[in-house]
Amino acid sequence: MEVEVEFIDEMINGYNRDKRAIVSMLQDIQDKYYYLPEDTLAYLSSAMEVPISLLYGFATFYRTFSLQPRGKHPISVCMGTACHVRGAGRIIEKIEREIDIKLGETSDDLLYSLDEVHCLGCCGLAPVVTVGDDLYGKITVTKIPGILKKYKTSKEEPVSQID
Amino acid sequence: MPKITPKDLARIREKSRQSTTLREGAGRAKVTVHMGTCGIAAGARDIMSALMKEVESRDVKDVLVTTSGCAGLCSREPMITVELLDQPPIKYVDLTKEKMQKIFEDHVMNGNIVNEYALAVGSERAH
Amino acid sequence: MKPYRAELMVCAGTGCVSNGAFQVKDALENEIKERGLENEVRVVTTGCNGFCGVGPLLVVHPDGIFYQLLTTKDIPYLVEEHFLKGRPVQRLMYTPPEDKLPVPKMSEIEFFKHQMLIALRNRGIIDPENIEEYIARDGYTGLAKALNGMTPEEIIQTVKDSKLRGRGGAGFQTGVKWELTRKAKEKTKYIVCNADEGDPGAYMDRSILESDPHSILEGMIIGARAIGAQQGFIYIRHEYPLAMKRLLIAIDQAKEYGLLGDNIFDTGFSFDIQVHRGAGAFVCGEETALLSALEGQRGEPRPRPPYPVEHGLSGYPTNINNVETWANIPVIISRGAKWYAEIGTENSKGTKVFSLVGKINNTGLVEVPMGIKLRDIIYGIGGGIPDGKKFKAVQTGGPSGGCIPDSLIDLPIDYESLKEAGSMMGSGGMVVMDEDTCMVDVARYFLTFTCDESCGKCSPCRDGTKYLLDILTRITEGKGNMEDLDLLEGLSKVVKETALCGLGQTAPNPILTTMKYFRDEYESHIKDKKCPAKVCRQLNIYTIDEERCVTEGHGCGVCMRECPEKAITGEKKKAHKINQEICVKCGACYDVCRFGAVIVE
Repeated sequence: MEVEVEFIDEMINGYNRDKRAIVSMLQDIQDKYYYLPEDTLAYLSSAMEVPISLLYGFATFYRTFSLQPRGKHPISVCMGTACHVRGAGRIIEKIEREIDIKLGETSDDLLYSLDEVHCLGCCGLAPVVTVGDDLYGKITVTKIPGILKKYKTSKEEPVSQID
Repeated sequence: MPKITPKDLARIREKSRQSTTLREGAGRAKVTVHMGTCGIAAGARDIMSALMKEVESRDVKDVLVTTSGCAGLCSREPMITVELLDQPPIKYVDLTKEKMQKIFEDHVMNGNIVNEYALAVGSERAH
Repeated sequence: MKPYRAELMVCAGTGCVSNGAFQVKDALENEIKERGLENEVRVVTTGCNGFCGVGPLLVVHPDGIFYQLLTTKDIPYLVEEHFLKGRPVQRLMYTPPEDKLPVPKMSEIEFFKHQMLIALRNRGIIDPENIEEYIARDGYTGLAKALNGMTPEEIIQTVKDSKLRGRGGAGFQTGVKWELTRKAKEKTKYIVCNADEGDPGAYMDRSILESDPHSILEGMIIGARAIGAQQGFIYIRHEYPLAMKRLLIAIDQAKEYGLLGDNIFDTGFSFDIQVHRGAGAFVCGEETALLSALEGQRGEPRPRPPYPVEHGLSGYPTNINNVETWANIPVIISRGAKWYAEIGTENSKGTKVFSLVGKINNTGLVEVPMGIKLRDIIYGIGGGIPDGKKFKAVQTGGPSGGCIPDSLIDLPIDYESLKEAGSMMGSGGMVVMDEDTCMVDVARYFLTFTCDESCGKCSPCRDGTKYLLDILTRITEGKGNMEDLDLLEGLSKVVKETALCGLGQTAPNPILTTMKYFRDEYESHIKDKKCPAKVCRQLNIYTIDEERCVTEGHGCGVCMRECPEKAITGEKKKAHKINQEICVKCGACYDVCRFGAVIVE
């Protein structure tokens, strides 16, 4: 993937080249590409005059960041306490079986990726699964195929529920 | 706008009460959709669209539609509060688009509380 | 202007007036004065109510009680019973026609009845994106009072006298912290709102930010004045986009109204707030790690002392409080310390917001006075356990807390008694567990969490939590032995005593409390190789009730298709069978069988 130099330069200037804002810059990159492309990190490192190891440190320390491309429909299963006691573990296993990838992986066609998240704060609706920006509460194992079906053929981006 | 002074607070308070309190003549009815993250996750946005559709298609002008945060009882979301002039507010829970339509027709337009969908009458008291 | 406890709406329509509504109104006002209730209850006249046939009539807000056919003779009794003693008078009430089901009042609903709203005072009432609605509910009057009539020392004294304690977990006295920061030598000072709510199962901070963001801003501005800070920061979790959006709108509006920025209320006091979005790391909720993250470094904790009150953000004195703590401040200032300190117990004043979740009928956010009994929360507010199951325990304090067993159901909930029971207040998560919850699995769950979230800076936490998790996993898989229990206990103590920050120091708490109260469950996993709650699937045996499979399910075959290991065989309309040698005990067949034919032992 080609580095979008203009986007990066503009972003850096937006933060006044402040080294304390590097995490925010990485967040902007993550928001744009849904992961941190290696070449983009290399460019940021030289433009900001910081070692790339520092960027790698942030990228692996914070949960937001991914060094691998994520699926078009990123699936997150909430693993908060309420979701756990209401059976979130079995939900993950069911999704793994349905789309044939393991937790933390992205499908070969880049359609799905599967992650767990530590509490979305909707414990009243436990267990909770998000697909893109769509949130599904009070999930059961038997509801999973129906939910995933909506995304299998859809060419459009999921409808945003939280802007 | 220029900076406000403590005196302005009282003025804003009165003005705001007039525009939000039905008693002060702001309208005939007020419908509040509770839209916190859990409410939205449970489908509050659909309820809001169903409500707006009713308001538009009936061309009513005296019904205030507003949003507020979570009302606390997350397991019964989506939730709305309907308040008619000089009547205590009614909270409706576990809503669907169809229920919203019925509430609009029966309660907002005709003043009859839809008992089977209602949770409670009145509002919570701040201590 | 004071908030009234109740408003009495006397109908002054023509019909009611001709039946003596004004005499009733005068009698009400006299009686209210007589009883000294004029500061709590007020009488308002309204237009025609429409129920002219039963006038004069009176509607009580906010409870919505409707009194009818009143005479001046009824008034003294009514005021005494309802407004002094809180007992609505049945005989004067309007009874709806019989064909209509009556709708209960908010004050009759168990979920709301026991709650006392201070931090959540505006929930579900105001539009959070409109500053004027906040002002209409007496917003920013605390700030006006603090800036115009009080010295910084008086503000601090008020907060100290209220005995408010930090609502984020540790429960340190807020006023004392403010005083320490004020007294620190440096001129530059900062205040921070910790909105990195990370405990799984707790979401009150998100809800306050979403439904009443100005209460946080007002609290912080008052705090800044008291401490002498020029700049504030709000560190918010990235998982909360809606809260972030509403917070930014609130800050813009406060700036537009001159409540943030230069020379607030023309007092020469200037203060500004910046919002910082977290990037997802549980440890950033720990105050020193949060400061590292704000400085643009990796959010790793630092040793204390020095404490942030002396050596905080970029080395300057910094006062950090959590969202719920800040939300209490405006009310404490406007209504006074005495009022606040009358609520709660000896050492835990005021109210606390809990998120009541898990195996409970009514889930949601509840704000209750400190000292309320656990029983009142679980069975009163929560409405008990669903599906007639038995209550087993409640987990409080998130990964730093512990499990409180059924036997302590009458425990009063405050900082001290929770600590004594081996748990902690934490940020207020309350996850209810029933007979189907395995306590060893719960301990393992929390250790999975802390092990995953450990930042790796100190070895007791980095390696200790990993080792504890390994032992717990061994036990849940039926490979544990009795010595493991001593090992768990010993290692837990080491991690508690030697870890660098709160995350590691409290990580063993879920193990220690479950071992204390549910040792028998650990023993069944080890000795009998059985999970009593049938949660630890490696210890279960899955079989099919052949009769049920045929008579109820007609051999539907759903389990066979679902089985990832092809361990199930059978034909349509005939009984299916699980081959125990192939079965990996994933439980998929049990989850999909709609006829209850898959049996777990």
